[in-house]
Amino acid sequence: MGPVGRVAPGAFNPTTFLRAWNFSDLPADRRARFYRETPRPDGSLLREYELVAVDREIEIAPGLFFPAWTYNGQVPGPTLRATEGDRVRVTFINQGSHPHTIHFHGWHPPEMDGSLPEHEIKPGDRFVYEFDAEPFGLHLYHCHASPLKRHIHKGLYGVFIVDPRDRALAPADELVMVMNGFDTNFDADNEVYAVNSIAHHHVHEPIRVEVGRLTRIYLVNVTEFDLLNSLHLHGMFFEVFRTGTAMAPSETTDTIMLCQGERAILETRFRYPGRFMFHAHQSEFAELGWMGMFEAMEVRRDT
Amino acid sequence: MIPDTVPARWSPGRLWLSALLPLALLAILITVIVKTSPGESLRGGAVPPVERLSIDRAQLRTDGIVLSVFNDGPDPVTIAQVTVDDAFWAFTASNGTVLRHLGRTALTIPYPWVEGEAHLVKVLTSTGTAFEHEIPVATLSPQPDVRYFLTFALLGLYVGVIPVSLGLLWFPLASSAGPKGLDALLAVTLGLLAFLLIDTVGEGLESVSLLASSYQGLAMFVAAAAGAWLALDVVGAWLRRRRTRARSVASSPGGVVALLVAVGIGLHNFGEGLAIGAAFALGEAALGTVLIIGFTLHNTTEGLAIVAPIAKERPSFGALARLGVIGGVPTIAGAWMGGLVQSPVMAVLCLGLGAGAIAQVIHQVARQMAGTRPVMTYFASAHVALGLLAGFAVMYATGMLVG
Repeated sequence: MGPVGRVAPGAFNPTTFLRAWNFSDLPADRRARFYRETPRPDGSLLREYELVAVDREIEIAPGLFFPAWTYNGQVPGPTLRATEGDRVRVTFINQGSHPHTIHFHGWHPPEMDGSLPEHEIKPGDRFVYEFDAEPFGLHLYHCHASPLKRHIHKGLYGVFIVDPRDRALAPADELVMVMNGFDTNFDADNEVYAVNSIAHHHVHEPIRVEVGRLTRIYLVNVTEFDLLNSLHLHGMFFEVFRTGTAMAPSETTDTIMLCQGERAILETRFRYPGRFMFHAHQSEFAELGWMGMFEAMEVRRDT
Repeated sequence: MIPDTVPARWSPGRLWLSALLPLALLAILITVIVKTSPGESLRGGAVPPVERLSIDRAQLRTDGIVLSVFNDGPDPVTIAQVTVDDAFWAFTASNGTVLRHLGRTALTIPYPWVEGEAHLVKVLTSTGTAFEHEIPVATLSPQPDVRYFLTFALLGLYVGVIPVSLGLLWFPLASSAGPKGLDALLAVTLGLLAFLLIDTVGEGLESVSLLASSYQGLAMFVAAAAGAWLALDVVGAWLRRRRTRARSVASSPGGVVALLVAVGIGLHNFGEGLAIGAAFALGEAALGTVLIIGFTLHNTTEGLAIVAPIAKERPSFGALARLGVIGGVPTIAGAWMGGLVQSPVMAVLCLGLGAGAIAQVIHQVARQMAGTRPVMTYFASAHVALGLLAGFAVMYATGMLVG
């Protein structure tokens, strides 16, 4: 069962992606090129980002390559994270072969929407998107150029997290998971499904978590062609904060279903040490790559 | 002074040179093409390769599925992953996963297939192109053991040897017919053969469409048909010459035609055996008693086609039996091969041979019947036309049983 072999260790590592935002995975000097923060008089921050659209072939299952369109060479694109009320300024440079945009989910004026034909940024051109980070919650960004379906499924999407300003979230081990799929032969049907792009990656490299510690999953569904995707966690339950826009959970469950573009924050604590499988409860997706493992470990704390 | 004469006979050295020089120049030209690749300037660097995999057959074994994969395209293809029924599955490749043009490998997939159900195997290349192979009804592929050979021999007996022999038992009836009756009987034979010709050509073309395009199936089919026609012509001429020299037993004028008819029908039945064997091996005919009965009825009429040309003669029982064996036994060999090899190439070749042989036999029988008259004038008489139609209709009706 499962694909044969391993994906070559390359530019993109799903394990690193889980816990990286605002380019925290880059060394300081390189990070400064893509992300800068400047305090503002009201105590909020001006957060400046640089996102570059580039065509790139990515390995999505061992030996299986997909001619992707990417933000900054990776699929999903870099996770952006701001606090409610921060000013977000994203310089977008299109180095791809087609016109692209960035369309953010969140409050913004229409000229920042990146969705109409006149919003399309031609190859070689650049544009600055600027808006206040609102409302708090779990959002996403994606290309909105036409044809929309192709621009999204080719890989132009990423996660946009806005933290609440007044009410800090409890400290937790935070994980970003993007449910996606790849139509490698362009027949409007996905050949490969995954969380964070690489099929079955976390089957071979389980996500390490601590028993008893609060674990928070930022789950975003950008799967194309299939109406729904889902996450099912073995051996435990989690609380669901739909779109992350409210502080109180809306349900407690072990399986959550999300429509295309829908997202939810999930919170849980691992009760037992050991391996716990998680996967789409659409069995087809699970067996085509959307399956992984948590490895919960006891951590002794000397207090 | 310019010499204006060439030597009357070139020396062997010069002959060799003149034969090899164009080949040497051709080799240089091909080297230049390979080195400079003029096609690349048209294709450009970023154009993806042309990938074409052909999946010839899937064998179902107790430990999984074995897929035979052939690179039918111009560019090398790398097999990256395999899915079965939309699930990634582990596999091993007997000959590596990188296939050059015309390269072949066998993928062993330890998949727990389900008896009697359908499965879809998908081979994904490194570029994400998918090549699918459907297993319509999963059943254990036959293994070449004694039981297998006996089963298929029995099947061949049922659908080939026995029916043809039963048809031969109409000999007394045929021999007691008057001249008009015999003409009608031969016309029935022609009708039967015409149906078989159409049937064989149809199946042949169907097999051609299943064949990887590198094999150029249509050319293969036509060449096999033409080859069979010419071979039977040569054999027929040889038999007639032998007859005029020594008046041997089985060499009356009708005897030659009957023998040729038997050979043609034998080749057709070989192709039919291949189809039956393959259908059983693929599980499509797992419950096909109706199919067996259909073929049995269908083939009984073939015996009549063999005896009609010798109705006016007195063949020995042994001669009749020999004709029956020639016409019927190839079904057994075909069934063995069809079940074990399932080679589309073999199917095209055999059906081509069958088509050519039957066409040639039709030609022979028609010529013998018409004698000195033009064939079409002869066909125009009522009893002959009715006979033709009847023969065709019988085959058509029994053919419906085998779908």
